[in-house]
Amino acid sequence: MTVHSQGAATSAPQDAPMKSAAAPPEAPVSGSDRGRTSPRGARRSLPSGWLPYLLIGPAVLSLAVLLLYPLIKNVILSFQDINKIEFIQRKYPFAGFGNYTELLGDANFWTVVVRSFGFTLANVALIMVLGSLIGILLNKLGTKMRLVLSMALVMAWAMPIVASVQVFKWLFDEQFGVMNWLMRTAGFAGYEQHNWMETGLSTLVIVTILVVWGSIPFVALNMYAGLTTVGAELYEAARMDGANGWQTFWKIVFPNLKPFFLVTTFLEVIWVFKAFTQVYAMNKGGPDRASEILPVFAYVEGQSQAHYGLAAAISVLTIVILVVVMSFYFRLILKQEEEQ
Amino acid sequence: MKPAQKLRTRRPVRPGAVVKNAGALLVSLVFVFPVYWMFSSALKPSGEILTKDPVFVFTPTLDNFTKATGVDQFWTYVTNSVLVTVGAVLLALLVALAASFAIARMRFKGRKGLVLAVMMAQMAPWEVMVIAMYMIARDSEMLNSLPLLTAIYFVMVLPFTIWTLRGFIAAVPVTLEEAAQIDGCTRGQAFRKVIFPLLAPGLMSTSLFGFITAWNEFAMVLILNKDKSAQTLPLWLTEFQSAFGNDWGATMAASSLFAVPVLLIFIFLQRKAVGGMTAGAVKG
Repeated sequence: MTVHSQGAATSAPQDAPMKSAAAPPEAPVSGSDRGRTSPRGARRSLPSGWLPYLLIGPAVLSLAVLLLYPLIKNVILSFQDINKIEFIQRKYPFAGFGNYTELLGDANFWTVVVRSFGFTLANVALIMVLGSLIGILLNKLGTKMRLVLSMALVMAWAMPIVASVQVFKWLFDEQFGVMNWLMRTAGFAGYEQHNWMETGLSTLVIVTILVVWGSIPFVALNMYAGLTTVGAELYEAARMDGANGWQTFWKIVFPNLKPFFLVTTFLEVIWVFKAFTQVYAMNKGGPDRASEILPVFAYVEGQSQAHYGLAAAISVLTIVILVVVMSFYFRLILKQEEEQ
Repeated sequence: MKPAQKLRTRRPVRPGAVVKNAGALLVSLVFVFPVYWMFSSALKPSGEILTKDPVFVFTPTLDNFTKATGVDQFWTYVTNSVLVTVGAVLLALLVALAASFAIARMRFKGRKGLVLAVMMAQMAPWEVMVIAMYMIARDSEMLNSLPLLTAIYFVMVLPFTIWTLRGFIAAVPVTLEEAAQIDGCTRGQAFRKVIFPLLAPGLMSTSLFGFITAWNEFAMVLILNKDKSAQTLPLWLTEFQSAFGNDWGATMAASSLFAVPVLLIFIFLQRKAVGGMTAGAVKG
């Protein structure tokens, strides 16, 4: 994948980058399908009917028990009225659509929804634009400088999220943080003990810097791998026709890498939208719950406030939003496959 | 005419190159700096951490690491993390190997549906389902249980593992298997002797990505395992920081300890891993 196509930077990646960026579509299977139509293949691929089921059994069973069941449980919970007392008594009375009407009529909920969308939009836009630019830069560098930059990107990529959250907290520390020093040194006033986590918005700005920093490597390195598959003669032709960089990008690069851009954007949308760890570990959704995005909102409602039913309803609504995004993603993959 | 054109664009030292390289250097610096700052702060004597103007030259010390590892039950956290991660990855490899072989090599009713289910499961919003998981775990008396955590991490990395191994198996030519069978191998032997050895790079890279996912997981263990004796390193790290307040040197030492295995894996992976990895698991 990216790591590898990056490691083998100069050798042309054998697999299309858009495929590696997304879950690889089903296409390669056709090879073995073809084999099956041959008479010998038919014999080979016709084990006594139960063997494939035996092989997939454990996987299907585990997914059903540990993924499907919690999902269903989540939906059931969302229709139940569970607060502290019910939780302790283990009695879960049904509340119909109570949790949902409460949520949809709650201004706070809508604030969090709007915040989540804004947060996702800002992050994904920054990730895609800066990531693509750095990918293009990688493509234009000499071998040595390219190695330096890609190693730097891999370092940021490899940082575990919880560890990088701690580092960013330290960088933006009120008293001794390097950021305040940097701002003072650059001549900005008011950065003696500037509290970067003072408001929800400023907290989310720090989270955004962290998320963008951590996500760009994936986009940039994939973008670079993608660019190496766009034939050099295409650039050459564009240059001979007198196209400038901007035109080359929109006329050559973008159409060629369109699947990559679409798939990566959707993946980033999904990843950023459910960025629980970054937001929660940064400031627990604070100050005053002002940096909560939907997953954090659900967690805080459920855990600290002991509104379990309500929290389940929040998470169901979050999942619905994600499913809408995912359905676009899957349609895209299917379409891409048909075009191949 | 064409070669001349080429020459004009390649040969002269363009002023653009300087700008490009300077830009690349600056970008590299931005990406490396937090990692560098983590390690360097971890090695700083405490007197040189809490300074208004950061100190860049100092005599490194391991004091912070001693403090970080001296935390009560540090080795419990380490053991838990290793157990849960390795357990989840091994289970996932075993279960996924069977499933991906069936998907890649056999035709059966419901195969398409399974493929679709695996694709969707790969995007499962685990972070959002913590409350439901918490209720299930509580009602079945499974809070603070390492086996449950292992099982959840196993299912988290399973779809990705199936998906990737399927690709690796599909890439092994069917004719190899056929040849083995003609030579008298049973189907199982053909798999063991022919396909399995060829899957080594695939197994390695999938398990490394699985390792990273499980090693980093935070939301589930946060809600399910409140008991310190059943927690993993990500929680140790966040709790360490809130307990030690602004002992940033020790916090950075703790962060470094937590990050080093993953950093090493990435460097390792980059050189060794080959083949079509998917991205899903990298970020979870």
